[in-house]
Amino acid sequence: MEFFVAQIITGLANASSLFLVACGLSLIFGVTRIVNFAHGSLYMLGAYIGYTFMQVLPGGLGFWSSILLAGLSVGVIGVLVEMLVLRPVYKAPELFQLVATFGVILVIQDIALIVFGPEDLLGPRAPGLRGVIRVMGEPIPKYDITLLVITPIVALTLWYLITQTRVGVLVRAATQDREMVSALGVNQAWLFTGVFGLGSALAGLGGALQLPKGGADLLMDFHILAPVFVVVVIGGMGSLPGAYLAAVIISVLNVFAVTYLPQSTLVLMFIVMIVVLTIRPYGLFGREEVAGEHGQVGEPERPIKPASARMQLLASGLILLLAMMPFYTASFSLVFTTDVLIFCLFAASLHFLLGLGGLVSFGHAAYYGGGAYVAALLVTHVNTPMELAFLLAPLGAGIAALAIGWVCLRLTGVYFAMLTLAFAQLLWSLVFQWGEVTGGDDGLVNIWPSEWLKPTIIYYYLTLLFCVGGILLLRHIAHSPFGYALRAARDSQRQAESTGIDTRKIQLLAFGFAGFMGGLAGALFVFSKGSVFPNELEIARSFDALIVVFLGGVKTLAGGVAGGVFFKGIEDILIKFEYWRLVMGLLIIFVVILAPEGIVGSLRKGAERLNLIKSRHM
Amino acid sequence: MLKVNAINSFYGKAHVLRNLSFNVPKGHVVALLGRNGAGKSTTMKSIMQLVRPSSGEITFKDEDIVRLPSHQIARLGLGYVPEDRRIFTDLTVIENLLVGWQSPREGAVTWTQEMLFDLFPNLAERRNNRGKALSGGEQQMLTIARTLMGNPSFVLLDEPSEGVAPVIIEQMIKVIGQLKSEGLTVLLSEQNLHFAQAVADSTVIIESGVKMFDGTLETLNSKPEIRDAYLAA
Repeated sequence: MEFFVAQIITGLANASSLFLVACGLSLIFGVTRIVNFAHGSLYMLGAYIGYTFMQVLPGGLGFWSSILLAGLSVGVIGVLVEMLVLRPVYKAPELFQLVATFGVILVIQDIALIVFGPEDLLGPRAPGLRGVIRVMGEPIPKYDITLLVITPIVALTLWYLITQTRVGVLVRAATQDREMVSALGVNQAWLFTGVFGLGSALAGLGGALQLPKGGADLLMDFHILAPVFVVVVIGGMGSLPGAYLAAVIISVLNVFAVTYLPQSTLVLMFIVMIVVLTIRPYGLFGREEVAGEHGQVGEPERPIKPASARMQLLASGLILLLAMMPFYTASFSLVFTTDVLIFCLFAASLHFLLGLGGLVSFGHAAYYGGGAYVAALLVTHVNTPMELAFLLAPLGAGIAALAIGWVCLRLTGVYFAMLTLAFAQLLWSLVFQWGEVTGGDDGLVNIWPSEWLKPTIIYYYLTLLFCVGGILLLRHIAHSPFGYALRAARDSQRQAESTGIDTRKIQLLAFGFAGFMGGLAGALFVFSKGSVFPNELEIARSFDALIVVFLGGVKTLAGGVAGGVFFKGIEDILIKFEYWRLVMGLLIIFVVILAPEGIVGSLRKGAERLNLIKSRHM
Repeated sequence: MLKVNAINSFYGKAHVLRNLSFNVPKGHVVALLGRNGAGKSTTMKSIMQLVRPSSGEITFKDEDIVRLPSHQIARLGLGYVPEDRRIFTDLTVIENLLVGWQSPREGAVTWTQEMLFDLFPNLAERRNNRGKALSGGEQQMLTIARTLMGNPSFVLLDEPSEGVAPVIIEQMIKVIGQLKSEGLTVLLSEQNLHFAQAVADSTVIIESGVKMFDGTLETLNSKPEIRDAYLAA
């Protein structure tokens, strides 16, 4: 019993930072509808800045002012990010802003590296709170008790701000209909900036508050991201009490898991999330998202047409050029081109889901990495011949996608996206923590192709065949009746239903098919590298694909492929430099601001303006 | 007070307003009449810049308001009451009013919550209810009251009689009369000719975004062919 109570107290204390970061994210999403992926980065900055202040300011007063200063500084950084990066892109198509926040992640990562150095920093103890107190005989760190008091105070202050002040009323009104708020004379630009600043400050505060329990390191940004999203989604997007309750549930469960079932810690929160969303699709305190209620119904989609004769000729020429490559380049270029081709297939498979289906998956790496792992596991554990493993991998990924899609498609919009992310993280955690089977962090090695496929040139042709074939197949399906039905379901689910299309079935099949093609890319990948590690399943990998699809252009068929080539090409050049992330991040932000319709979309607009191609408008 | 000069507005590719021009003089109640889809709401939204006209001029108190952000237009004293009410359903009646609050304006009535509750007694009883708990008529009153909280000198009233009970329509007629007597200028869009006749000084009739008639009610009444051609019976 004593032990039990102690565990709960520890869990509640751990919930503190998680809650602060999560409610910041939730606030920002509620008002601006931006899924701020850079929120973890703001949390990381809070830890680093708090640490830096603590080195200068002495004593207990210094410690606590450092935490407040960290929160304030990160709030100011958030305001700058909102004004410089996000303001120019509020009018861009929905979700495009999140690409800009990816850019911010990369920029902050390198800035943190430059300013604070690569070493992990151990957080200082809180002065005067070093020891433990006994609660029912069990030792509880004094700092944990302090956190237990602080969090409800912050939560109550926020609650007061949101429910009892005019600013809070405006925030809640804007969460529902920001255009109307503006028509009533409220400057929403400043409301957005204010909320973004407040949300960021909360993240910074969370980062600084956890210092004595942890520290500061450069991986914090991604590590907090998954739990924070889980908390926000379980609690219900935009709900403060929900975020608090969810943070407590996750943290307390985690403490017990560490004690009783240590290998389940990562998986557990995703299971909780899946269970909650299955029972309450919009989280514990969330409310249903109604499309268009925020006064931002997107522009109507423009129809896509089969490639013109000129484009077909161009594509054929390009394929011919690729096919001739072994005759005029060195083998390392072949290896690089193999990578690019695989990545393009991966991106194209996500584009199929996102562009044609309107289904934003945040966790597409699950099928890419999943395919790679299916092949690798078959080879490692049952000595499956490579050819068979290669064919079974996309099948496995496709089946996984069907199962996951079946659960996720009960939801729409951001909840759908979050749930796909949760499943991807679930797979990642399984692979990461189930070391006996998957090799855990060490990955699976010695996964080579059969002898006859081993030479670089042969494998290059195999990749070329499957990637080009796969991409053409995806394009072909876009113009098939199935593709029409899929686009109909995207544009108006209700109307599609009433014309006799089973939209859910169509979307599920599309999800499965996109997973299948992602798995194919994964299988090509694993045999080209000879090994696979859990990072092929990571959030970062899913983000890569998302960035590429958005930057290439969601609304253009060639978007995925064009973005893939552009992204991989640039990455190959930049990665040679020490601070390539900074450059890459800035580049992404610039593309987002300058070309809000993606590379292909903006090129086409430019060409239309110059009358190079016939406008499709009139 | 409000001058609309040759504006053209589009929804995507659809050309909704074509070279539309009209004036609303200070202190007048002008009814913008036309059938469903004639472009009445788009006219209102174009004035508020919620839909950006592709060409033409709009001036309010001799100030050019085209391309101004909506909130600045509202702060000039132009109040907008949307057709679909758009009240904040998760907020209470009082909180809805709070969102519409602006500081007092010279030359316009300064409304307080109590004055508005006098104007709309039904709302007073429901002041702590959430927007979603209100009936259609109460929501219509709330959306007007919310806009009045901004102390406008000019009100754009988009189809106030749509979908509400006859008894509420009677009340709306009274309210508009009261607003006029307080010196407010009103541009009202309507399909209901009887409603317009009860409150308006003059009318503008549009059909497919083109102006078909501009004049007093007497003139309109003397030309039944116009009335029958462009207005639903």
